[in-house]
Amino acid sequence: MLDVIDLNFLSGRVMPYLNRGLMMSLQLIIPASLIGGAIGVIMGVLRVFGTPKVRRCTDAVVAVVRGVPLTVQLMILYFGLPSLPGLKIYLSPYAAALLGFIICTASYQSEYVRGALLSIRQGQIKAAQALGMSRWQTVWSVIVPQAVRRALPGCGNEIIYLIKYSSLAYIVTCIELTGEAKVLVSRTFRPTEVYLVAACYYLAMVSAATWLLARLEKKLAIPGFGTQK
Amino acid sequence: MNAHQNDTPILRAEHFIKYLTGRKILDDCSISMRPGDVKVLIGPSGAGKSTFLQCINCLLEPDQGEIWLGDHRVDVKNTKELCDLRQRVGMIFQEFNLFDHLTAENNVALALRKVRGMSRADALERAHAELARVGLGDKAKLYPAQLSGGQKQRVAIARALAMDPTILLLDEPTSALDPELVGEVLTVIRDLAAHGMPMIMVTHQMEFARAVATEILFMEAGKVIEQGSPEELLAPGAQTRTQNFCTRLHDLCGESVPEEQERN
Repeated sequence: MLDVIDLNFLSGRVMPYLNRGLMMSLQLIIPASLIGGAIGVIMGVLRVFGTPKVRRCTDAVVAVVRGVPLTVQLMILYFGLPSLPGLKIYLSPYAAALLGFIICTASYQSEYVRGALLSIRQGQIKAAQALGMSRWQTVWSVIVPQAVRRALPGCGNEIIYLIKYSSLAYIVTCIELTGEAKVLVSRTFRPTEVYLVAACYYLAMVSAATWLLARLEKKLAIPGFGTQK
Repeated sequence: MNAHQNDTPILRAEHFIKYLTGRKILDDCSISMRPGDVKVLIGPSGAGKSTFLQCINCLLEPDQGEIWLGDHRVDVKNTKELCDLRQRVGMIFQEFNLFDHLTAENNVALALRKVRGMSRADALERAHAELARVGLGDKAKLYPAQLSGGQKQRVAIARALAMDPTILLLDEPTSALDPELVGEVLTVIRDLAAHGMPMIMVTHQMEFARAVATEILFMEAGKVIEQGSPEELLAPGAQTRTQNFCTRLHDLCGESVPEEQERN
């Protein structure tokens, strides 16, 4: 088995390519998880505390985004938008992929946040109101800080999914880790080594994300709240 | 301290009617508070005591009725007036409702910063003063989960007092406490009463009610059916519903009334 793996080939040809792909993957994953996470929190709040109209709109967005495969969404963003009559929107491959990921991850995050918001006891809201706090002050300084802590495990799960579905970016010609691997395989015909290394890269990214999320959970931990220490 | 000389009510709740899930919970309930008044609401479970209390600061909006602060009628549809009302009417809950994610000092300081617009430092300084006043000066940095029930309720009282309320509503402040912790909370409340803080309290601590109340309101089925000083309502042989209720409370859990009856 070890004879099959040619270390010179790995370090000389595979890794330079895949490192370039890894950089592109990170450029997709990091902004998508941060921006998507922030939008997810806002959408979650609107879906619970918005006016009925706002709630219906945000619910509808989430229903569409969750109901359509991400591949199809990316195709629409990259190939579909330019051919829209009237407004011709051309997105670069990177912009199309990033936008697609942000929309997708925000929708899923909003669902985790919504669940956490609904779990906050009514008494917390009453206490804040009884002190004269407005509705939005109550939401942002009492409910959201508690809900985010409860939503964190779920949100972390979504970030780990995002790391893996970022591999779909290559279908809109945004060549990230999986894209580079495919190109390299078509040139070298050595899929075993190439994909094995790509798999290791993903595993490393997920492990790093898991570690970071665990640290964040620990940092945000409060006695009697969420994870007990 | 006796502040009965001043005759303008500081707060009046008039003719409250409230329906919840189709049932009439409050049926024409009124209460009027003068400086120094301590009024105790008692009555069987489901009588509407908590609902009445929560209507006074509009945590539940009454379907009908008027709220007056001094000689100003509060427009509860107006957000600013509603927030003003709630700042002036402090509330203590049965289940404390401390903000679980904040330390004791930040529980007290939050509304000072957000509602009063105080700076963080000023708010914390005030919070420390209020916590010291309820005997918790050394617990400022602890989270609710690290406090006992009695301590939590005292933090809640400090939090309400920090807003400089003109009146305090207490909804069964000791019902969720272990018996040995009731005393520390009642001491704080008794102290407030002695300093002339007007209060409306729902409680089943009849001995305490008799000691601090200027008036007892007995509620049943959404109505205030008896109203008077503890001496009147609980006088031996008074034949009031209030006394009857208290005797039954006593029979059930060995509390209050008889001692004084025997003496008389």
